[in-house]
Amino acid sequence: MMKIDARGVYYRNLNKIIRDAVASGEKEFDLININGQRYIGDGLQGSDVKIDIHGVPGNDMAAFMDGPTLIVHSNAQDDVSNTMNAGKVVIHGHAGDVLGYGMRGGKLFVKDDVGFRVGIHMKGYMDKVPVMIIGGTAGNFFGEYMAGGVLVLLGINRKKDTPIAGDYLGTGMHGGVMYIRGEIDPYQCGAEVGIVDLNDDDRKMLSPLLKEYCDDIGFNYNEIMSEKFVKLYPKSSRPYGKLYAY
Amino acid sequence: MNNYDFQKDIAGCGLTGIISTKGRRISGSVIRCSIACQHDRGNGLGGGFAAYGIYPKYKDYYAFHLMYDNMEAKKTTEAYLDENLVVDLAEEIPTKKSKAIPTSPILWRYFVKVKDGKKESSVANISDDDVIVNVVMHINSDIDGAYIFSSGKNMGAFKGVGFPEEIADFFMIENYEGYIWTAHNRFPTNTPGWWGGAHPFTLLDWSIVHNGEITSYGINKRYLEMFGYKLTLLTDTEVVAYMLDLLIRRHGLKPETACVALASPFWKSIARMPENEKQMITALRMVYGSALLNGPFAFVFGYTRGMVGMNDRIKLRPLVVASKDDMVYMASEESAIIEVCPSPERVWAPKAGEAVIVNLDKDVAA
Repeated sequence: MMKIDARGVYYRNLNKIIRDAVASGEKEFDLININGQRYIGDGLQGSDVKIDIHGVPGNDMAAFMDGPTLIVHSNAQDDVSNTMNAGKVVIHGHAGDVLGYGMRGGKLFVKDDVGFRVGIHMKGYMDKVPVMIIGGTAGNFFGEYMAGGVLVLLGINRKKDTPIAGDYLGTGMHGGVMYIRGEIDPYQCGAEVGIVDLNDDDRKMLSPLLKEYCDDIGFNYNEIMSEKFVKLYPKSSRPYGKLYAY
Repeated sequence: MNNYDFQKDIAGCGLTGIISTKGRRISGSVIRCSIACQHDRGNGLGGGFAAYGIYPKYKDYYAFHLMYDNMEAKKTTEAYLDENLVVDLAEEIPTKKSKAIPTSPILWRYFVKVKDGKKESSVANISDDDVIVNVVMHINSDIDGAYIFSSGKNMGAFKGVGFPEEIADFFMIENYEGYIWTAHNRFPTNTPGWWGGAHPFTLLDWSIVHNGEITSYGINKRYLEMFGYKLTLLTDTEVVAYMLDLLIRRHGLKPETACVALASPFWKSIARMPENEKQMITALRMVYGSALLNGPFAFVFGYTRGMVGMNDRIKLRPLVVASKDDMVYMASEESAIIEVCPSPERVWAPKAGEAVIVNLDKDVAA
């Protein structure tokens, strides 16, 4: 295991150390005193590489990441898992805006709240099914233009008057599926979204994912499952097909 | 040879704000540390700071910070100041030249008061603040090569072309102590990177640092011009400073109401509000339609008794707030707060268009 004290280390140097070490066979990293260093894990390959991060990592963590596991023992900032292809990111705190933008594979687990534009344009293809599970609440534009994959929003520990998701929920959604643990007012959603109860197939898909999430984050699976979920799905795979065709 | 720099810098501006609600004065070295953590959000074409509480000995005077392109501009301006105001102290702003900031405009500061006779001769009931605003507008628009970049009482702005940590060292801001500090790291997109165009933008005790673009600049500018403001600094953010002066000082709106006018709710949200609120917000949108700020922004503005952080209506720029004891911090990135406050009690991201208003405690004299 490689331990790196990142206090005062510029992101470019830090990421070079990590990339070089991975290239020469290092599998495990423990980064301490991280604060604001950008681009950690970006484009990194190797499904057996694991990086523990102590401190708040900077923006664009795990962008284009292809295999490794990143564990953040803190909050994270914006743009985590942009276009991520494979691997896993676990954040033991809250995170910022625009997580999982165009994410196309792998898993992103967040314990607490997330910001605006999370899960925009997530996509899936054949065996590539990106999964994002958020323990808290999400801001506006959650799952906007969603094209594939699975988005789960749990709203654990939220105050009574706090909505679990913001407005423009799933606007432009044309693929994938969202599971939300709470009531959704159709007013919040884009016109392209349908809201239904879960069926057995949904539960079969959701159950192992949430068990894995609970194992990683430390929530109680049964407690999470004790509340009602709704499923959001795209009414059409091509909602704007006739928008400019008269 | 190909000089193209393939290491593309991806950035937006960065900002930080710090306030002690107990009015405790803090060294400028703290905010320098926070904004330096967001170094990569800027590109070296602008950095700056605003600080409140830094001139306690002269707290009843308006502190003018001026930049001059040449001695001629200084001479003309000083003659104008002497003619229209009482100048109690004029001195060079202390600076330390460095490799990063080898040149600068001529930087001078003046502690001024409004002439008593000036008020009597006025036709209308013009306040001292109005006189000062007129002086600022005159100098910035009519004297070539002279810019007032700070004009409030017991506060001051320090800014220029460079990274903010370089500007901090240039002005030696560690030698100033303030109970509110704001800082900015600039990445100019649409407008030139010049000394006057660095943030903060100020007028009287209003100061603003901003990340984003005010795409409604044209509408806002024309609206402000109807009230006598002259927009001279070639940058969209300038409208926000003057808008705050107009809405809060001159029209008497509370900061929270002014913020609703600047980033008002969408009509579809207003339609779902309780009747009272619906009427109030509708009236505000109708009266202040031209004050509405469009485009992506996060800004922090300071004034003598407080600091406000706010996003645009769909949150196209980042803003994080944290608190610990009597301190409240705002920044573009959480790490910039953690850099100076390692374990805050609470950290959160305000919702779109939601103003976070932090005032000094009532019993604190500023």
